[in-house]
Amino acid sequence: MKSNDVILQTVTKVVVFIILTFGVELFLSGHNNPGGGFIGGLVLSSALVLLYLVNDIETVHKGIPFDFKIVAAFGVLLAVGTGVGAVLFGVEFLSQTFVHVNLPIFGETELATVLLFETGVALTVVGTVVTIILSISEDV
Amino acid sequence: MFTIAFAIFIPFIAAVLIPFIYKRSPRRIGWFVLVIPIILFIGLVRLIPRVANGETMLNTISWMPSAGVDFTTYLDGLSLIFALLITGVGSLVILYSIYYLSEREALGHFYVYLLLFMGAMLGVVFSDNMIVLYVFWELTSISSFLLIAFWYHRKKSRYGAQKSLLITVSGGLAMLVGFIMLHQMTGSFSVRENIAGITDFIGHDLFIPAMILVLLGAFTKSAQFPFHIWLPDAMEAPTPVSAYLHSATMVKAGIYLVARFTPVFGMDSTWFYVVSSVGIFTLFWGSFNAVRQNDLKALLAYSTISQLGLVMSLFGIGSAALHSGYNEHVVLYSQATFAALFHLINHSTFKGALFMVVGIVDHNVGTRDIRRLGGLMSLMPVTFSIALIGSFSMAGLPPFNGFLSKEMFFEAMLLLRDMEFLSMGAWGTIFPVIAWVASIFTFVYSMIIVFQTFFGEHQPDRLDREAHEASLGMLIAPAILAVFVVAIFFFPNVIGQYLIRPAMAAVYPSFADVDALTPHIQAWHGPNTALWMTVGVVIVGLLLYKYLKYWRSMYSIGPFRWNLDSVYNGTLNLLGRGSTLLTNTYMTGYLRDYLVYIFGFFTLVVGGSLFFVGGASFDMTNDAPITINEYILVFVMMAAGILMVFAKSRVTTILLNGVLGYAIALFFVFFRAPDLALTQIVVETVTTALFLLSFHFLPDFKREKTARPSKIINGLIAVSVGVVVTVIALSVQGNQLFESVSTYFEDAYELAGGQNIVNAILGDFRAFDTMLEVVVLFIAGIGVYTLIKLKAQKGGRDVEK
Repeated sequence: MKSNDVILQTVTKVVVFIILTFGVELFLSGHNNPGGGFIGGLVLSSALVLLYLVNDIETVHKGIPFDFKIVAAFGVLLAVGTGVGAVLFGVEFLSQTFVHVNLPIFGETELATVLLFETGVALTVVGTVVTIILSISEDV
Repeated sequence: MFTIAFAIFIPFIAAVLIPFIYKRSPRRIGWFVLVIPIILFIGLVRLIPRVANGETMLNTISWMPSAGVDFTTYLDGLSLIFALLITGVGSLVILYSIYYLSEREALGHFYVYLLLFMGAMLGVVFSDNMIVLYVFWELTSISSFLLIAFWYHRKKSRYGAQKSLLITVSGGLAMLVGFIMLHQMTGSFSVRENIAGITDFIGHDLFIPAMILVLLGAFTKSAQFPFHIWLPDAMEAPTPVSAYLHSATMVKAGIYLVARFTPVFGMDSTWFYVVSSVGIFTLFWGSFNAVRQNDLKALLAYSTISQLGLVMSLFGIGSAALHSGYNEHVVLYSQATFAALFHLINHSTFKGALFMVVGIVDHNVGTRDIRRLGGLMSLMPVTFSIALIGSFSMAGLPPFNGFLSKEMFFEAMLLLRDMEFLSMGAWGTIFPVIAWVASIFTFVYSMIIVFQTFFGEHQPDRLDREAHEASLGMLIAPAILAVFVVAIFFFPNVIGQYLIRPAMAAVYPSFADVDALTPHIQAWHGPNTALWMTVGVVIVGLLLYKYLKYWRSMYSIGPFRWNLDSVYNGTLNLLGRGSTLLTNTYMTGYLRDYLVYIFGFFTLVVGGSLFFVGGASFDMTNDAPITINEYILVFVMMAAGILMVFAKSRVTTILLNGVLGYAIALFFVFFRAPDLALTQIVVETVTTALFLLSFHFLPDFKREKTARPSKIINGLIAVSVGVVVTVIALSVQGNQLFESVSTYFEDAYELAGGQNIVNAILGDFRAFDTMLEVVVLFIAGIGVYTLIKLKAQKGGRDVEK
């Protein structure tokens, strides 16, 4: 499946960054605004899928040399790990907590442990979606 | 502190470590394993004085208190005897196996299974909670399965493993039902509490069924007639396993269960009848069949069946002591239980030694067929001595421990003659007669083992290897057992006082005076009936052995030729063919047929229950007015849905499907659910990409010619599913069955610190759901990956590489 779609490739170079930025924004804003780990992860993976569609697998793999199965596994580990981590602090499994910190540039910022949990969710989503798409397309 | 729960866990922990150690030093793995049962054995031996003083140890680890299931370990005299056998014989067997098994074998696997078995078996005898006991019980079956199938490339090994698993596990399941019935009556899963509380329920409807089911578990495990058929086939296991599992320990789990539940069920006469008659018949049948065997191991297998029957029948008779309370007359019958426990220990010593001897012969000359063996006495003198000791003890001759317990067995059987209660009558005479006849056969096959293997003519040309004495390491373990066989004869009361006396207290908790239950074991007690019976056994046995070749042909006539194996094989075949026939009627291989089942079932069950419950009621009075936007969207969705059915190309279908998806996303926007709308849009995008990929694999898109009737059926199913779903959606909207959970989230901001309540729910309130969803998602991804990557090559069948 060798194709040479110049317009799509050119547009993608720009668009992928927009999508990626949007994905990160969605992921981070999830605490107070629409967004969150799941959507953020989905958007990020759709950007990756677009990259894979436009370029071929080997090219993308050179730029992003991750094994996405391991990304997914790491995500699951992180999500479960935050739950276990809560137990280590003597509270119930999966309890989340948050603090407000005053950071130099960002001003009053809220740091929540749920962010770690959501990171796990996002990584799992990215890893799983890309794993599925890649394994089907590599089979071609 | 040596707690009992710890003793159960040590073998399991060691089993986990084995693979790592095996990788490092595959040669010395056996010595590492050997340390474990020795430590446990020493630890348990140190407890003997305390238990002999009447102490018991109870230790509870809370597990599922709400279900009445706790990890309760209980150490008393009874469990101590079994635990000592498990660890003691276990140590010797592992020592023996180090020399028996070649280093080329998968030793890592072997010792993992063996340690699993050891832990499970200790769990069985130490558990007070019946559910925990059941779990360990099945674990012994599974580890036995793995060990029998250790040489899994042999067809007979696999057959034997499957047979033993099927029979013992189904017995175990019956036992589980029996336990649950006991729980229904007394409200407790604890054996001790059941012993205390069962007296009120003896006439209960569930009492007899529970007893029979528990006995089924015990009989299948202990290879009692008619479930004995698995034991001879289990002999395909390596000989150390046969010596350990299938003679000394696992098959005695059923005996343990009967002993343990005697105070629960023994008050009822059914227990007495069933246990003693099944036991005595198994004793006869096993010994009778042992004589016809040509394979030494098969002979030992039948002999084990028969000896287990002996112990079983003694426990049955022993339960008679519970019938009319404590008095001088009744307490006599408790001697049967004493004899049972004594013979149990003796059997483990001499049978373990005999199995190891057979293993040595097999290992050194390459066959165990008695027709090819003979004249090995001068070539293997030490092995011969051990075999002689073991066999003569089994035959019940002095000066070996088997003589003592055989005498006590005869005495117990003779007691039945004058039993005045339980309406024994004439049946009381039959028991000692069967016992006597069975003992004659026992004598005959014991002689076969010694004389046909070690005497007679040596036939070196018929042996695979040249006969020579075994190495020292292989002889140590059976020699130690042989020493015990002789030592117990001379000092039987050490065992009686320190091991059996506390065990008697465990079997008869209601009898205050334990000392009256403990007789003084004597080798010589005057010329009484039991002694004359033994003399008779020896005389008739010798005559029968001498003329063996004249009457052996009897086995090939009439009823003696029947065996239960063909019943088992026939049933298994019938089940297999029946289920294939049934499955083939509906598993057509067509996806469409399966969808018909799924949707048909859904419509029937959900629609049917809605109809019968009367749940299909709509209430639209509280609904918001429908705006023009919503009308347009619904129209678009309907149009897309209908057009999809008539689409001529696949791309059109996918696009129309996309229209549906985006329309739903728009609905989310209208109803102010931006999170859902976002998710829906992204999911729709990724799904479309996935669809496009899948195109590559799909066959050409063409209109299918379907017969009219099936078209109508498909249409009907489609419409009815749609109707049911719509009705459900409307009914859900119209009926409020539960309090709204919204109050729960009212102070979400204070609790979770987030203003987006959707994510506060996802990440905080219902984080457990989210976490498991993530896990499921990951599993699905790995599933897709493995399905695609690890599929068989074109035309190939083998998936494993």
